[in-house]
Amino acid sequence: MAATKEEIIAGLGEIVNEIAGIPAEDVLEDKSFTDDLDVDSLSMVEVVVAAEERFEVKIPDDDVKGLKTVGDAANYILTHQS
Amino acid sequence: MNATNRTVVVTGIGATTPLGGDSASTWEALLAGKSGARPLEQEWAAELPVRFAAGIAVEPTEVLARPLARKLDRSTQFALIATREAWADAGFTGKAGEDESQVSPERLGAVVASGIGGITTLLDQYDVLKEKGARRVSPHTVPMLMPNAPAANVGLEIGARAGVHAPVSACASGSEALGYAVEMIRSGRADVVVAGGTEACLHPLPIAAFANMMAMSKNNDDPQGASRPYDTARDGFVMGEGSGVVVLESAEHAARRGARVYCQVIGQGLSADSHHIAQPEPTGRGIAAALEHLQETTDFDPKELVHVNAHATSTPQGDVAEIKAMRKVLGDDLDHVAISATKSMTGHLLGGAGGVETVATVLALYHRTAPGTRNLDEIDPEVADADIVRGAPRELPAGRIAALNNSFGFGGHNVVLAMRTV
Repeated sequence: MAATKEEIIAGLGEIVNEIAGIPAEDVLEDKSFTDDLDVDSLSMVEVVVAAEERFEVKIPDDDVKGLKTVGDAANYILTHQS
Repeated sequence: MNATNRTVVVTGIGATTPLGGDSASTWEALLAGKSGARPLEQEWAAELPVRFAAGIAVEPTEVLARPLARKLDRSTQFALIATREAWADAGFTGKAGEDESQVSPERLGAVVASGIGGITTLLDQYDVLKEKGARRVSPHTVPMLMPNAPAANVGLEIGARAGVHAPVSACASGSEALGYAVEMIRSGRADVVVAGGTEACLHPLPIAAFANMMAMSKNNDDPQGASRPYDTARDGFVMGEGSGVVVLESAEHAARRGARVYCQVIGQGLSADSHHIAQPEPTGRGIAAALEHLQETTDFDPKELVHVNAHATSTPQGDVAEIKAMRKVLGDDLDHVAISATKSMTGHLLGGAGGVETVATVLALYHRTAPGTRNLDEIDPEVADADIVRGAPRELPAGRIAALNNSFGFGGHNVVLAMRTV
């Protein structure tokens, strides 16, 4: 069954916590990965690969550039998950 | 040469080694004659010809924050831990430039070497590629495995902008880094340089490769007795891991900020064997040339020399060649030199050795104490004319005294660093 937006945001929280050490509860929809969550461009690739695996979705490199906030990523996953 | 010949001093030291998680615990263990060698309990070690090593005493992941540690190769983790200790020990806080009374970033350098670089990252990520596919290879792989990664991360940590360098010369790398750093200060490029060496290659591939070169001890039954420099029963080195780093500073800069000074760095002697890619030149010709270079280009005085932290890896040929070379150049002055082979306790930290052994040499001068050499039960007759400190540590004389730290590497690189009390 496809994940809900809340489940996706919670999952991204766990991923960002693992990669950048930010508490999962601080990973909120309006947060910017680079400006708020200490995720640089290399770590963003790690976030994307972990999210692809967790939510069974493909996020091509060209689309990663558009994912500035946690909400951007959650919406992308929501509409692209299988 | 456009050197200004400014005097260089040591104002901070740091280490993480098989004997302890900092320089104080490492020094204490060196004086107590402890060995850092232990059996390798990992499953991968079971079929190796060598099943022991001198692994780190304190795992870096116990010290560094996890999000930082996971982006750094183990060799860089060690270097960062040693750097933080040395930086604080020198009285610096935060990055350069954050406090105007300290050192400006434009006058600060970092020279940290590794012999092999991020080899465990390379091998682990190759496993990921094969087992999980290209998409899963970490985007941090390249900045983790590049041999300049320890230097670059140390430079970022302290805010060094005068220059960040990573000379590579196998097991001489750490000492070559220190020599390079001395020249940066001498020539006026920098006022303060953080310098040293690091290595982390306890992995089945490097162990199998070194063992197949017949370079390592295969004394699996007695790991703590395996590293035995100058002993007739020595059969090769014991692989170690860790890092040693010092803060080097121009004497004027250190005086201006009232820094505690451990000792002066007189300078370095360099040469190359041009003999064989891995074998030491048996007469010690290249090592002698490095000592002669030191004498010709610095004010090193053999009459002041009372201590040598020898390269002495516990290989049959290398240990003898080093003593022969010192006898040839120093003559009777070798008779008043207490020689310590600290690899008998730390194992051989390869590119980290020069850093850790410089920390040991600095402390030997500062405390006027030469550590003993462990496992020296029956001295090789070929080096019996040398005064090798056996058993308990030896007190060094009062007055102005000097010491050498020798490091040599596969490829025929020879580096001799000279220091003296202030």
